[in-house]
Amino acid sequence: MMDYISNTAAEKDKMLQEIGLKEVKDLFQMIPEAVSADERLNIESGISELELMRRAQLQAGKNKSLDQQISFLGAGAYDHYLPGIIDALISRSEFYTAYTPYQAELSQGTLEAAYEYQSMICDLTGMGIANASMLDGGSAAAEAVTMAARITGNSRVLLPDTVNPAYREVIKTYGAGAELEFVDLESKQQIINPAQIEKNINDQTAVVVLQYPNFYGSLEKMEEISKMIKNKKNTLLLVIANPILLGVLKAPADFGADIVVGEAQNLGNGLNYGGPNLGFMACKDDRRMLRQLPGRIVGKTTDVDGKEGFVLTLQTREQHIRREKATSNICTNEALNALMATIYLATMGKEGLKEVGEQCYHKAHYLAKKINGLSGFEVLNQDNFFNEFVLKSEKESTEVFEELLQEEIIVGYDLKNIGENGILVCVTEKRTKAEMDKLVEKLEVL
Amino acid sequence: MEEKLIKDYSSSGRKGYSLPPLEVEKSDLEAELTGYLRDDLELPEVSEVDVVRHYTALSEMNYGVDSGIYPLGSCTMKYNPKRNERVARIAGLTNIHPYQPEKQLQGSLEILYQLKLDLAEISAMDEITLQPASGAHGEFVSLMIVKKYFEEREENRTKVIVPDSAHGTNPASAAMAGFDVVEIASNERGMVDLEALAEALDENTAALMLTNPNTLGIFEEDILKITEMVHQAGGLVYYDGANMNAIMGYAKPGLMDFDLMHFNLHKTFSTPHGGGGPGSGPVGVKDFLAPYLPRPLLKKDEEKYYWDYQRPKSIGKVHSFYGNYGVMLRAWAYIKTLGGRGLKKTTENAVLNANYLKARLKKDFELPYAEDSLHEFVLSGSRQKEEGVSTLQIAKRLLDYDQYAPTIYFPLVVKEAMMIEPTETENIGTLDHFIETMLTISREIKEDPELVNKAPHSTTVRKLDETKAARNPDLHW
Ligand SMILES: Cc1ncc(COP(=O)(O)O)c(C=O)c1O
Repeated sequence: MMDYISNTAAEKDKMLQEIGLKEVKDLFQMIPEAVSADERLNIESGISELELMRRAQLQAGKNKSLDQQISFLGAGAYDHYLPGIIDALISRSEFYTAYTPYQAELSQGTLEAAYEYQSMICDLTGMGIANASMLDGGSAAAEAVTMAARITGNSRVLLPDTVNPAYREVIKTYGAGAELEFVDLESKQQIINPAQIEKNINDQTAVVVLQYPNFYGSLEKMEEISKMIKNKKNTLLLVIANPILLGVLKAPADFGADIVVGEAQNLGNGLNYGGPNLGFMACKDDRRMLRQLPGRIVGKTTDVDGKEGFVLTLQTREQHIRREKATSNICTNEALNALMATIYLATMGKEGLKEVGEQCYHKAHYLAKKINGLSGFEVLNQDNFFNEFVLKSEKESTEVFEELLQEEIIVGYDLKNIGENGILVCVTEKRTKAEMDKLVEKLEVL
Repeated sequence: MEEKLIKDYSSSGRKGYSLPPLEVEKSDLEAELTGYLRDDLELPEVSEVDVVRHYTALSEMNYGVDSGIYPLGSCTMKYNPKRNERVARIAGLTNIHPYQPEKQLQGSLEILYQLKLDLAEISAMDEITLQPASGAHGEFVSLMIVKKYFEEREENRTKVIVPDSAHGTNPASAAMAGFDVVEIASNERGMVDLEALAEALDENTAALMLTNPNTLGIFEEDILKITEMVHQAGGLVYYDGANMNAIMGYAKPGLMDFDLMHFNLHKTFSTPHGGGGPGSGPVGVKDFLAPYLPRPLLKKDEEKYYWDYQRPKSIGKVHSFYGNYGVMLRAWAYIKTLGGRGLKKTTENAVLNANYLKARLKKDFELPYAEDSLHEFVLSGSRQKEEGVSTLQIAKRLLDYDQYAPTIYFPLVVKEAMMIEPTETENIGTLDHFIETMLTISREIKEDPELVNKAPHSTTVRKLDETKAARNPDLHW
């Protein structure tokens, strides 16, 4: 057992004396007996570090991690290369054991890094303003939708089924709180037909949500849809973007996005079973939007000597000042994950991010071509995808999935989980030619 | 700026990364992606050494719990054990994808299940979701549960009652769930005013949100009366678990008749705060509210652990996956390390440390509420204010002595508030050092108020102009 308490018995006595009490339990005399816990908590006795590590390793041994098999899983959580310096740098405890930078003068490290993060998110998305992070991609999307409703005063939301189904569910949970009305749009051939938008958009529409690339890996007709939205005075375009692909793909701002959000786990953060992840959020440089933006924002300013420095700013949007009138309840965010993304982006630079994107693209298309050459299998997205695509087989998708699992291959995300027959396959720069060839070889003999 | 921005190290063509060769033939990306390509990215071009030195320099301009005392009230900035970090970096526990089949992840699911059981034991709640990623996220989940519960019962309850001493996330969460917020004043002892509560309660009341001990560190001794009053009016009672460090092994929210609550793993259970996050905000409920918990819910049958998605009454999802798993691993390691007795000892020492600080500071600083308090207490800088120095400046002066400041100007019910929470992992040595510093500052205010008013003097930057930052926002390079 280890409890990290270092007052000795003699010191405790001295402290009690100062307080004017005899025993530690006297400190709790105000707690009525009826609500007090039993003599002790019914939790097994504490263990040493050695035992803890043994126990943790034992649990790890009951898992089968991605190190032990080939994985083509994506669908919102991505297995990209993580430069070793990220963990080394964020392990500096001045970073990871700090709180939210309430005392700016003693938190310039956290604050300057957050300013850099905001700058890089603006660069990636092409937007004018970014906040310091959201809890994850799904909640960022949801808070962007409610933000759009507040800005426009409208409550109708167009939600295509090409948006990640988990995000759609989170958006609807938040939407139930904000009492929004959702119009679900059905896709054809992995994209949304712009005519569907045209048909459903009206003057009460607050926002149209598009994912870029979408859940199935395809690129929506961004330009065409954006034009329809721009024809409406009071409707915003919300783009959920995959940030690691924005080294290659055009910035969402260039398609007229008003708000851009997404999941930035894939920028330098590991998988960790889906959390902690990193939601990002950016909007146009527009006062009306800025006033409705949730989350912390870091700004540059000067000190009394005129020296530049950083502070939390525009806090009159936030819960600790505005309480029930705040733009969001968010307090704790994902600052350390944002720092990891910042270090990742600095390390890769514009060339590196572009190369990662290109490798993802070329490798995914290599695999897709091979699969299209097999009988009994096809890629549904045809040529319109970036690095995720839907594999359709004559056999039931679950059967294909399970058989490949026997071969130590996770072929992707079984769309049976959302009621469709197909497998969403993801190829990142980490997948080797040998791994892809092995998948093709096994598919061939299924 | 003490350290220039990373972009200012950039030099065209410099590289800090390398990738393996492509191996496969290229597609005609330019042709296939016409209209979707960019060539305007401006990310810095820097070397690996540039990156390492830059972020090392930034870390040196920061202050964490490992640097010294961090007495931020309500934040429970205790020591973050290094062994927890080791656990959270075991590849077999972390290099796992959220959509891997459950049969491949029984080791991790068992850890999460044990964590659920332990949280239920600590709180006397019946069922737990680990999905919320922060305390506020847990509050939102709880209020959506309240909303759904009354919708099911076809009761139109629109009001949520929040004491004026509550944390800002409480009213903000209630508003996000679509409720009208009714604030009630605290009484002169710093507790819920039962008359004000009785007046606020009616057939439209959905819930009361309360933390106990409250943000003044004071235990609501009428808690059973309070929960009974709300229940009698047909409402539910929600417990903000930010202050669990004050009661572990001494009281349980479930026994106080709270119906639902959130935990802050990044406070009570020692997970590091990361300069603002990540956290984790599990929600615990009594059985009758379990059907409304977010999807999916972790369950166990005879032979395996699994995610239960078949939850027709669920409020839905609030996170893309299962919440902040990496944070849960650390909290699990912490609870396993301390065990039941260790957790109780934690509470005892947190309360002892806070009371010792209070006993020694209350002569020089005004103590607005004389009531006994637990793991934290609130002082007022109003005497010093009369001498010409605000609480803000007391906080800034502390930084000169290389110590972090308490939470200031919160709770709102105290003027010039300083909310102090030392946590159990400080000892009499670091507490005495903090006390002496506070007393020194109190003396400085009498002898040389300008010295304190111009603080900080020795930090990397001096007092920063927040008004300018808000008036002319400079939010990116
Ligand atoms: C009393 C209280 N409630 C709720 C919260 C919100 O928790 P979080 O920051 O994890 O969202 C806090 C955190 O500061 C708090 O102190």
